[in-house]
Amino acid sequence: MSILEIRDLFVSVEDKMILKGVNLTVKGGESHAIMGPNGTGKSTLASVVMGHPKYKIESGSILLDGTDIAELAVDERSRLGLFLAMQAPIEVPGVTNFDFVKTAVQAHMPQDKKLRIGKFILDFEEAAKDLQMGTGLAHRYLNEGFSGGEKKRNEILQMKLIKPSIAFLDEIDSGLDVDALRIVGENVTKMKSNALGMVLITHYQRLLDYIIPDYVHIMIKGEIVKTGGTELIAKIDAEGYDWLKSELGITELEETKRPVSLGTCATKVPAR
Amino acid sequence: MSKEKELEKKPDVGQIIGDYKYGFKTENVSNVYTTKKGLSKDIVKEISMIKGEPEWMLEIRLAAYESFLRIPNPKWGPDLSFIKFDDIIYYIKSSDRVEKNWDEVPSEIKDTFQKLGIPEAEQKYLAGVTTQFDSEAVYHSTIIELEEQGVVFLDTDSALKQYPELFKQYFGKVVSHADNKYAALNTAVWSGGSFIYVPPGVKIEKPLQSYFRINSENMGQFERTLIIVDKGASVNYVEGCTAPIYSADSLHAAVVEIFVLEDAYCRYSTVQNWSNNIINLVTKRSLVEKHGHMEWIDGNIGSGLNMKYPSCILKGDYAKGTTISIAFAGKGQHQDTGAKMIHIGANTTSKIISKSIATKGGQVNYRGIVKQEGKAINAKSKIECDTILVDRESQSDTLPTNIVKNFKGQIEHEATVSKVSDAQLFYLMSRGLTEEQATEMIVMGFIEPFARELPMEYAVELNQLIKLEMTGSIG
Repeated sequence: MSILEIRDLFVSVEDKMILKGVNLTVKGGESHAIMGPNGTGKSTLASVVMGHPKYKIESGSILLDGTDIAELAVDERSRLGLFLAMQAPIEVPGVTNFDFVKTAVQAHMPQDKKLRIGKFILDFEEAAKDLQMGTGLAHRYLNEGFSGGEKKRNEILQMKLIKPSIAFLDEIDSGLDVDALRIVGENVTKMKSNALGMVLITHYQRLLDYIIPDYVHIMIKGEIVKTGGTELIAKIDAEGYDWLKSELGITELEETKRPVSLGTCATKVPAR
Repeated sequence: MSKEKELEKKPDVGQIIGDYKYGFKTENVSNVYTTKKGLSKDIVKEISMIKGEPEWMLEIRLAAYESFLRIPNPKWGPDLSFIKFDDIIYYIKSSDRVEKNWDEVPSEIKDTFQKLGIPEAEQKYLAGVTTQFDSEAVYHSTIIELEEQGVVFLDTDSALKQYPELFKQYFGKVVSHADNKYAALNTAVWSGGSFIYVPPGVKIEKPLQSYFRINSENMGQFERTLIIVDKGASVNYVEGCTAPIYSADSLHAAVVEIFVLEDAYCRYSTVQNWSNNIINLVTKRSLVEKHGHMEWIDGNIGSGLNMKYPSCILKGDYAKGTTISIAFAGKGQHQDTGAKMIHIGANTTSKIISKSIATKGGQVNYRGIVKQEGKAINAKSKIECDTILVDRESQSDTLPTNIVKNFKGQIEHEATVSKVSDAQLFYLMSRGLTEEQATEMIVMGFIEPFARELPMEYAVELNQLIKLEMTGSIG
């Protein structure tokens, strides 16, 4: 069981401070949801934990099982058990999905162990089936020409096979239709175990209908301003983030309006 | 001289070639015959005499020598003025006769091939083998099946002796000795290479393959390849080369002439991997008749300076030309490559796909010409040039020339230059791949459209070579 501890983290990009003292502890077996308006640093937090070179840690620390990982390269963090399902997965032409996932899984194995290819093929096909990705997936080029929904499902497929101990899912629900959302939700829920700690970053309640979080955090202007249980989700869905203003004495929010529901997406009818 | 001593003397070269997988040198090969350094009329005569050639070939050689003296270096492209023609040995012969049987091949030479893993690993796949060691073919086998079909697959010297009429009819007819300085040089001193004649209607299913290598200091290689694919015939020819180490600069100026007659098909695949001290200046050209189809699959991994622009002259109506190429420039390398498509017949079509990679400060240029002449109505051309730069030190230029001389032609040109992006690296590394693995994967993906055109074992070899060249390209 892994523990990720983020302590008083300040992060800047191009001299602009994005995270202003974030504290968060995620343990194996827990699911955390981070909600909040656009541009408040949710995705930044996920990228910083994974080690994206664009962001600069000004102060604070990120500890994985007690070890500070701030100086580690992206791939080292991955091999220690961190995973980030990305908001916009990258296309890599000419590289087959199968080769890529195989290399990734191999990278996570101890040096003296070899991947059993036969078993891996079966695992891959099963994961592809669970996510309803179609039979040709293995030979398609990594994310190239994938629909938005396919890209997101492909992230979950990688997560299933790599088996991380701490995973950030950054807006895994955006661009998904009702069916895809259900498929992703079910698959992620199935992965829940004491061996996996999860952080779900989302704007909307709809994902959290499928994956019930243990903790809900609200992030505004680079800080986690409120932590609670699922009751927070319903409140945000009904009232947006306005109510936090008065409660927390914030005078200005980047996004004061309630999240806009996109007609074609899996939106829940707002509570009246 | 031992490899270690060489490395001591030239640490820089040693550093480049030190990790060169196929970089070794066979000791104790006695060269049976060599001309002295430099080129003169007498040396040209001497070469022709040793070979026991007919008078007309000597005349062509001498005329070519005059052209070589007269024609200056190209005024475009990389500077070639540093080439010291007087320091080059133009003819070298390591074995007195052309071998028919593998058993008769000198063991020293076999050893070289053993080190490359060629006979064991690939022989089964070969339909016929011409192995060139130094300037002349020492081993040549043609399987009975091909002979029965009337296919001629010989080293070029033997072909001149055995098929003089056929030879005379086609030799120098698509690449004239006055074409450029290096075609002239090749015509004056050519030695070895492959000759293929495929009779009308004969379709050779398996690829024909040939291996070339050079193994002597200061030695130039001037192969001459001539391929004639008669009406309705087809052939897939694969040429490969992997050069051993040596210390002095060496010039390689080959000429490849291909005739694709009516309804015929020819594919010529090559992965060029000369060691980095070689200057490779090759003229490759094909003449394609009505409904014929020529395909160049051209890989350029090695040599320090490489200039190569496989061409198709689409003479007959509905003739088709395709060039799929990659060029890889690593540390100290300059690849100036591309393709030429000359449309003469009506309804001719051509396609160029060029993939270039530069890393560790290498320079890679695409230089190409697509020309649709006045009578080439309804001609269609498509050009795709993609370049990937692995680091900030490396450079690339795309220099296309597109000319349409009628009102019904069509040319599509697409070019992209990209870097291995931070976003791609971050994505792959976030899945546990090291920066090196991630970069390699992106580059391998980039050249996949080329690699998939190669026979399986060549694609594997290419992948290994690129991986090898990529090693240590990070940081």
